[in-house]
Amino acid sequence: MKLLYFAWLRTRIGMAEEIVDPPSEVTTVGTLVDWLKTRGPGFAEALKDPSVVRVAVNHDYVKADHPVRPGDEIALFPPVTGG
Amino acid sequence: MIRVQAEDFDVGAELASLSEGNHGIGGIGVFVGLVRDMAGDDKIGALTLEHYPGMTERKLEEIEAEARRRWPLEACLIVHRYGRLEPGDRIVFVATASAHRDAALESCRFLIDWLKTEAPFWKLEETPDGGKWVDARDSDNKAKERWVK
Repeated sequence: MKLLYFAWLRTRIGMAEEIVDPPSEVTTVGTLVDWLKTRGPGFAEALKDPSVVRVAVNHDYVKADHPVRPGDEIALFPPVTGG
Repeated sequence: MIRVQAEDFDVGAELASLSEGNHGIGGIGVFVGLVRDMAGDDKIGALTLEHYPGMTERKLEEIEAEARRRWPLEACLIVHRYGRLEPGDRIVFVATASAHRDAALESCRFLIDWLKTEAPFWKLEETPDGGKWVDARDSDNKAKERWVK
């Protein structure tokens, strides 16, 4: 699956996008985020407060129980501040 | 219609083309967002707007469709810029045209309130202490909640 990071999540994690092949226990957005947090201090720091992390799967906002599948485009980003 | 672009836009030209040839339009509601030179106590030199290409367009199209469901609009245009912008620069343009003013003004307010909490844009401000990501404001969520039904 393809992961995208925006705004301060991108700067804390240190990259804008990557292709990952997570372990089989990663089946939802919530378990994906838990797995990402184990991948290094940048991930742990960026994802420590779930209340300021929004997730979109294939361009739709989703919650933690939403399923994730190979081939999905999954974006993680802070609350939006446009307009 | 929606557009996401780095370039500036001409408010007068956008308004003229919005209503051109449609004499059923009795009024246009307009909001133009500008970059301010202050954020709280911080002086802002400029800001950079980051966005999520693909999802941005999709969310703006959804927002426009929702406005058209709620109000009888003859025409609608949302333009949102990205990239580096300086104080005084235009960021966003929302215009809604309808036969009567209530639909035009209410839907314009709806669109800018909704856009602020749904469209994936992020502002990075250039302050004397370096770059600072703007935090989402609770008042923006409250403004959007007025329209939830």
